[in-house]
Amino acid sequence: MTDAVPTNETILVVGAGISGVTAALEAAECGKDVVLVEKSPSVGGRVAQLYKYFPKMCRPLCGQEINQRRMDASRRLRLYTMAEIESVTGEAGNYDVSIRIRPRYVNENCTACGACADAVEAEIKNPHNLNLNAVKAAYIPYSMSYPQRYVLDPSIIGTDDAQKAKEACQYGAIELDMEEATVEIKAGAIIWATGWNPYDAAKIQPYGYDRYDNVITSLELERMMDPSGPTGGRILRPSDNREARSIAFIQCAGSRDQNHLSHCSRICCMASLKQSTYISEKYSIDSDATTTIYYIDIRTIDRLEDFQKRVQADEKVRFIKSKVANITEDRISGDVVLHGVNTEGYQRYDNQHDLAVLAIGMEPSVRAGAVGSGIAGDKSGFIQADANNGAIFGAGCAANALDVNRAVQSATAAALRAIQVVNGVAATEAGS
Amino acid sequence: MNDNNTAMIDKYRNSFLREVEDNVEQGEWVKMCMQCGVCSGSCPFGPHWEHPPQELFMMIRAGKRDAVLGTESMWMCTSCYNCVVRCPREIPITHIMHGLANYAHRLGLAPKVNPTRRFAKIFWDNISKNGRVNETSLSIKLYFMDGYSAGVKRAVEMANTGLGMFRTKRLNPLALISYKGIENPKQLQSMLKKAREIEGRRKGYPG
Ligand SMILES: Cc1cc2nc3c(=O)[nH]c(=O)nc-3n(C[C@H](O)[C@H](O)[C@H](O)COP(=O)(O)OP(=O)(O)OC[C@H]3O[C@@H](n4cnc5c(N)ncnc54)[C@H](O)[C@@H]3O)c2cc1C
Repeated sequence: MTDAVPTNETILVVGAGISGVTAALEAAECGKDVVLVEKSPSVGGRVAQLYKYFPKMCRPLCGQEINQRRMDASRRLRLYTMAEIESVTGEAGNYDVSIRIRPRYVNENCTACGACADAVEAEIKNPHNLNLNAVKAAYIPYSMSYPQRYVLDPSIIGTDDAQKAKEACQYGAIELDMEEATVEIKAGAIIWATGWNPYDAAKIQPYGYDRYDNVITSLELERMMDPSGPTGGRILRPSDNREARSIAFIQCAGSRDQNHLSHCSRICCMASLKQSTYISEKYSIDSDATTTIYYIDIRTIDRLEDFQKRVQADEKVRFIKSKVANITEDRISGDVVLHGVNTEGYQRYDNQHDLAVLAIGMEPSVRAGAVGSGIAGDKSGFIQADANNGAIFGAGCAANALDVNRAVQSATAAALRAIQVVNGVAATEAGS
Repeated sequence: MNDNNTAMIDKYRNSFLREVEDNVEQGEWVKMCMQCGVCSGSCPFGPHWEHPPQELFMMIRAGKRDAVLGTESMWMCTSCYNCVVRCPREIPITHIMHGLANYAHRLGLAPKVNPTRRFAKIFWDNISKNGRVNETSLSIKLYFMDGYSAGVKRAVEMANTGLGMFRTKRLNPLALISYKGIENPKQLQSMLKKAREIEGRRKGYPG
């Protein structure tokens, strides 16, 4: 990490998910000064919430560890967490940026020993687990958080709990009078990598996410599968905490739908195929657990098709070609009943399952229009490459619905574009 | 087969989709269907359709002209609009169903005994005559559409309802003898005639 003063040869990267971290590291490792700004208390973004990665089915934490080491080793990278961009003015090669940093109430002395969390009594909803469980109001977002440093939730500031946390800390790491700060920097180019949010499932009225306990989203299932997640790695039905055995996936939940997101979110087919392997893994081959995938068409591209073939060969996984019309709830059992028509043969079905998982679509967490006025976006708000964007480049899921592989490619491309801009700035300054 | 139908077959040889696009209300949307099936699954009459909407759309694209225009399916539509609000492509399915029914009727291919078609025709004749619906003659025509004895049976069944409507002045028996309607029904009729001519010219119906 660096203390170099940012100049207009600096590259600013907003959002430290896999895309932002990749773009920042690629640029820094090419010898550019980089400022990386992340809204939450840790880098990692959405992939930190995934149990396993398709297609290799490895744990995302492993790749994250590699990136964290690269960050530690990088002399040219400066990271601000709990920080957001307040304003950007200027033009390509010469931006003035103001960054607002929320107080963490914990300084660099923190060793992540956890004594403050033990001392504090108040609990807050755990954002890392999508609010499915609670954490202490002095917390570390997740095991691999970077930086490895606790956070105090602002709700306990001024209470006894905050005092208890401070007294419990042997390292003088808790600073209860920390205040919001603003930092002004210069930058030559800006990479916008603020990623995605799941579409609000409650808006898909016929599926009853807001009404039925046993309708969950695919991202919630990822958290359930994680051994350190809210259910300790078990697929428990929210209604009765019983282990779900018959699990339905509903594809295109919000995506490819003019009433919701008009784009294809691209990753949901692979995500459900991946999650069906979790179920086979959880329940042994001879158990009666089944997965049923309701789909319009399965979209797996390139070599990902091999993955699809493998899942299709699994007898425990059933495919029904149908966009589910609606879900009702069986009041007594809490089961979900899916209604629709199988378009292969036009048979109607009313299928009862323990749990329905909505393969929820992706929308940009910051829409192009909110990145800056005049920044080109498509209908869904993903940032588009455009000459009028100046030196502001979208990367990863801020620019498109992408899997990690393609998000990283997109981030590297954005880094290259940003490098070209700041190289131009350097050349002009050397010449003048 | 009536002239309209022969003319249309000549004009659209082998392209039933084109024919639907040109002649059926909102028919240009048929090609947009992605066969997800949400309309069929959402239809309250679903189990009773011979061919639910998304199947009809596929049949149109496959050129199954006789099967589509001769089916009772689209006559089942009750205009609840469930399919329209759920269709991910915002296809105006309800309107297309009515458009298909209307087109089949014009070509003389609609099933002759279909009750919806017959009711629609009775209703249209009734309203276009006076510019306003004459409820009394409409009910009587409807009751007797399957013949005299069936009509008497239905009238007896509904006698109490009828009397109630009569007492609350919702049904006027005198309307059978003279019904006023709008001020100048002739004008309305010539407007309708003109509209038909214009539409016929645009769509190429003979004479
Ligand atoms: C259910 C599910 C399963 C998936 N499984 C896989 C898989 O197995 N394999 C795979 O390849 N892909 C998978 N994906 C896709 C994967 O999640 C994305 O490709 C990946 O998260 C993209 O990374 P990103 O950095 O572009 O965005 P994100 O991960 O969303 O990161 C964006 C970062 O920006 C930060 N941020 C947001 N707004 C601001 C702001 N205003 N200011 C500063 N910072 C901000 C966020 O806090 C976050 O840290 C899955 C997706 C879903 C929905």
